[in-house]
Amino acid sequence: MTIQTPVALAPAQRALSVLGGDLTERSLRLHLEGLSGVDAVGLEQRAADLGTRSIKTSSKAWALDRIIELIDLTTLEGADTPGKVRSLVAKALTPDASDVTTPRVAAVCVYGDMVPYAVAALGSAHANGGPNGINVAAVATAFPSGRASLRVKLADTADAVAAGADEIDMVIDRGAFLSGRYGQVFDDIVAVKDACRRDNGTHAHLKVILETGELNTYDNVRRASWLAILAGGDFIKTSTGKVAPAATLPVTLLMLEVVRDWHRLTGEHIGVKPAGGIRTSKDAIKYLVTVAETAGEQWLTPSLFRFGASSLLNDVLLQRQKIKTGHYSGPDYVTID
Amino acid sequence: MTHLAVPKTYKLYIGGKFPRSESGRTYEVVARDGSFLANAAKASRKDARDAVVAARAAQPGWAGATGYNRGQVLYRIAELLEGRRAQFVLEITSTEGVTAAAAGKQVDAAIDTWVWYAGWADKYVQVAGNANAVSGPYFNISVPEPTGIVAIVAPPDSLLGLVSVVAPAIVSGNTVVVIASETAPLSAISLAEVLATSDVPGGVINILTGSAAEIAPWLASHADVNALDLTGAESLEWVDLQIAAADTLKRVRTPGDFGASLDRIVGFTETKTVWHTKSLI
Repeated sequence: MTIQTPVALAPAQRALSVLGGDLTERSLRLHLEGLSGVDAVGLEQRAADLGTRSIKTSSKAWALDRIIELIDLTTLEGADTPGKVRSLVAKALTPDASDVTTPRVAAVCVYGDMVPYAVAALGSAHANGGPNGINVAAVATAFPSGRASLRVKLADTADAVAAGADEIDMVIDRGAFLSGRYGQVFDDIVAVKDACRRDNGTHAHLKVILETGELNTYDNVRRASWLAILAGGDFIKTSTGKVAPAATLPVTLLMLEVVRDWHRLTGEHIGVKPAGGIRTSKDAIKYLVTVAETAGEQWLTPSLFRFGASSLLNDVLLQRQKIKTGHYSGPDYVTID
Repeated sequence: MTHLAVPKTYKLYIGGKFPRSESGRTYEVVARDGSFLANAAKASRKDARDAVVAARAAQPGWAGATGYNRGQVLYRIAELLEGRRAQFVLEITSTEGVTAAAAGKQVDAAIDTWVWYAGWADKYVQVAGNANAVSGPYFNISVPEPTGIVAIVAPPDSLLGLVSVVAPAIVSGNTVVVIASETAPLSAISLAEVLATSDVPGGVINILTGSAAEIAPWLASHADVNALDLTGAESLEWVDLQIAAADTLKRVRTPGDFGASLDRIVGFTETKTVWHTKSLI
């Protein structure tokens, strides 16, 4: 057996303060593998319990509006065109033309090369990372597989930020993570976070996609969540939406628990974004309940919780129309994506 | 050893499955003499909503099948109905208090009606469609196409009434949500058991039992329902239903008799007219 010299990692602020001054691959591994294991049965039971709440009338109306405000309206297809992005932005600005009181979504989420079209289409409604208006989120780092060299991933990120993206959704290297090369995943995230920096000193928000569908165990999800937070992620996101299973309630609950623990430890707020597979208002309301019961109600704000979704918005609009008109609506009365 | 009576549980038929009512409600079905027959599910508006979702999902596939294929599927149901004749006769005699002979006649009429409509599946387009004469070098062709989802209030005459409103609606490729007779729902659920073992895709015919007065207004105003057949709605406030349906421009058939006629098929179709050049020079 050879004794390896400690490999020093990139000096990320959070990791330095939590793990102590001597930040190495070894200290990171000791920390992540020292996290307590997840009680899978208990977690799934808790998630199922949270999904049984009955939300009615005025609470439901509030929840539907809040869901819309938390949506990252997404189009991530190989067949995306500037026209498709413009129509997505139009929908983000006016979700329901028959009811102008409908709130706007939090952001539109597109591939990096579509960012300029999204920014142009938003015009004065572009929030530029602020609370008023709609942000532009871009997926980067060779989304969805993440199989590219770090140089390419950083160029991908810097390109999207330069084009005006306010939020970057990066994917972690699942291959490296599952092989136990935590240090490599850590350094990647730190480097991408650095690439999010703009010339004026501000930086684009970084969402770290764990792709929980490929991590196999809840223990891995907990470790990856800690890893992403320690490396500097502003948000942890479940999935790319390209791998099944995508977001599930137990996985989101687990990530919310990590975020809650981090808040207790440091006082810092980290966001959570379940993405993929949330298609109905009923499902989305279960997530709202889970957020409120786990991290707390202050997390039900666009800066701390998002839904990555495309078809969810139409279902929410149908439910809103039902509440407003008193009769069931149909897909003919919302726009087709 | 004495045989223990096993009362049957009658449930709804939605999307090819037999769910209980979402509301958990049931009601007693009684014989003409007032004796208890069975518990049937009492559908709520949410069951009606679920049924519409199932019908919408099934509609493109059913309409996309060839007329010949739909005809074959419908013939097959008639065969299965014939095989269950004794069960239907028993249910009709107990719920309607008629003689076995009269019940037998009703079942035969229902099967004949079903076969009659099945025959139209690959023929009604030729009768209702047309090659229109136009002044120009064009073919101008009108063809009927299914309107979509038809919500039906079935007449109280259990099996014959139900078959006479459901068969014509689905022949052209529509899918249906039908509210069965409240007092005599047994043959409706037995028909559902026939459908479940036939080749009809799940969701093409959805059967709700319970109060038509309670459910029909939700279906009449539902924006994803394309037509409303009020044949069995004589005893309801059917003018209100018609008004509710007007908001979304549904095709509405007002209460009346349910004799077999081509008009019942064509009434739930939309006419599409296309132009095509006669030659390319």
